[in-house]
Amino acid sequence: MKANEPFQFVTASYLVRIGNQESASLLELQRGIEGCSDASIFYHTFQSLGRHHFLTEGFSNDFAEWVFSACNRPALAEQLASLDIRDYVSLAALRGDLHRIVGDFCQANPRDAQQTAFESFYFCETVEEEVPLGFEAWTLEAFGDRLKRLGHASMQFHFITSRLRLHLRSNDFSQWLAKELGLKELGRRVDQIDVYTNTLDSVRTKMIELIERELSR
Amino acid sequence: MTQVRTEPRANKLDDYAGLLGSGEIAELRALAARLVGRTIQMVNSTSVGGGVAEMLNRIVPLIEELNLSIRWDVITGGDDFFAITKAFHNALHGGRYDLPDQSFETFLAYSEQNRARLHLNSDFIVIHDPQPAALIESRGNHSGHWVWRCHIDLSQPDLRVWDFLAPFVHRYDAAIFSSPAFARRLPLPQYLFYPSIDPLSDKNREVDPEVIAEILHRFQIDAQRPILTQISRFDRLKDPIGVVRAYQIVKRYFDCQLVLAGGGAADDPEGEAVLAEVREAAGKDADIHILDLPPWSALEINALQRASTIIIQKSLREGFGLTVTEGLWKKKPVVAAAVGGIPAQVIHKHTGLLAHSIEGTAYQIRFLLSNPGIAQRLGELGHEHVREHFLITSNVRRYLTLFLHFQKEN
Repeated sequence: MKANEPFQFVTASYLVRIGNQESASLLELQRGIEGCSDASIFYHTFQSLGRHHFLTEGFSNDFAEWVFSACNRPALAEQLASLDIRDYVSLAALRGDLHRIVGDFCQANPRDAQQTAFESFYFCETVEEEVPLGFEAWTLEAFGDRLKRLGHASMQFHFITSRLRLHLRSNDFSQWLAKELGLKELGRRVDQIDVYTNTLDSVRTKMIELIERELSR
Repeated sequence: MTQVRTEPRANKLDDYAGLLGSGEIAELRALAARLVGRTIQMVNSTSVGGGVAEMLNRIVPLIEELNLSIRWDVITGGDDFFAITKAFHNALHGGRYDLPDQSFETFLAYSEQNRARLHLNSDFIVIHDPQPAALIESRGNHSGHWVWRCHIDLSQPDLRVWDFLAPFVHRYDAAIFSSPAFARRLPLPQYLFYPSIDPLSDKNREVDPEVIAEILHRFQIDAQRPILTQISRFDRLKDPIGVVRAYQIVKRYFDCQLVLAGGGAADDPEGEAVLAEVREAAGKDADIHILDLPPWSALEINALQRASTIIIQKSLREGFGLTVTEGLWKKKPVVAAAVGGIPAQVIHKHTGLLAHSIEGTAYQIRFLLSNPGIAQRLGELGHEHVREHFLITSNVRRYLTLFLHFQKEN
């Protein structure tokens, strides 16, 4: 079956811009989350998941990691880690929840909130450069072939960060499979693959298995 | 000004595909294709010795292989110039600056000479470290983009030196630092570029087990018992005495050995004194191996790291800590101090263990020796972390992305 429109493979390359903002306590973190740029929220959550995709045991986002390792507050870290970026299609909503969780803790534990951390949290932000890879797929078979040779940055671009671009709880791959090839169930199954407990390599492997199963039907 | 001709490389870009996957190399080529026709210039103060020259020697040929036009120039100066820039370096790291005000004029005079010799006309000009920083005076109406790549920790500089350099730095289009903790509040965009290692260099490539065995035999190290290793200069900031103390605690529970290997003692009076103190702290323990290695010991260091059970980096202050990167790349569990760039590499309980004291270091080592499965898992994840972020190919990618970003802004 040929798609109405081809899937255009893109890679995104990321620069990390160092902000002029740092937090040495939970109270300062709360203020930082409130005032930092959207690009900074993106860097410490969506980007962080992509950067640490190979950590499939308990790593979620930079805020949770810092609260755990530099502030020694595991319960708060767990709360922050429990935010699933797949539930968010806007950074404003994600920022709101991060701010609320840290704020609630600071309010309930005012002395802990002012305690100096082992090391500061440095707010950074992402600068993204998209570059088309110069190949496209018109069929499911060609799509699967290209997928096998896709780098991590491209996987991250299409599978993780696409939610913000699309403003949908979905990803580029699932959207194309459903809209252009009419394979809604395959698209749904691809979107179900858990990016928190899989590496980008294992996401790709699972996608290829699903595609091969579809092709053999 | 001297243009540097890098040595012909044995390793080509495609040689890295085996480690990274062909997709990663294809992405580098796709990024570079957008920059064809643009010119790049790197400028630093030496072509041999030191981490910056080592890094440029490897990055420049890789960028050339991507069909981009890149040149590498080195500034020149007399002994007085380099004495001043060495003092600058120490002062920017937080030491005191004792040279007279006249030293600033001497610095500017050499900078002027270099500007007269230099053709700074590329599209993207990357100036490395403080020595050539004043070359920005050549900018004039030139439309190229100027970047200051600062490889040192600027968080607590001597203000006399920083106040002198800052007006030059402020004229750049961007600055690059190795860690957010090393940056300053500057009125220009600052980017994070981690330092990197070359996985195919002598210090990091795979080594035959027979070669490792021969090197252990040469240093009289027992391959059958656990080996704890810290690779670093004999420098108080690397806390080698603290490492000996931590080992002595561990030794009460485990029959292990300690290797402290590094250089710097031969040509550095302070290094010689530290080496003597370490030997005194070690006493007559035959399981402590103190190795003062010459600078050409890359293969020996590689073998010692690969033979180690645990890599330690118990620094009191640290730059980025590339010895940690090397240990992680070799899939070794690392116990390290949470200073400088180390926390970016050692994500506590994920890619290694962090410690804040001698006792904490000893405890984490004991924990890993008691739990080899966890140690192995940390080592494997540490390797992945380096593969994703701290290899030379990642560095090439960051430079290409920065240049693309400038190009888009135009």
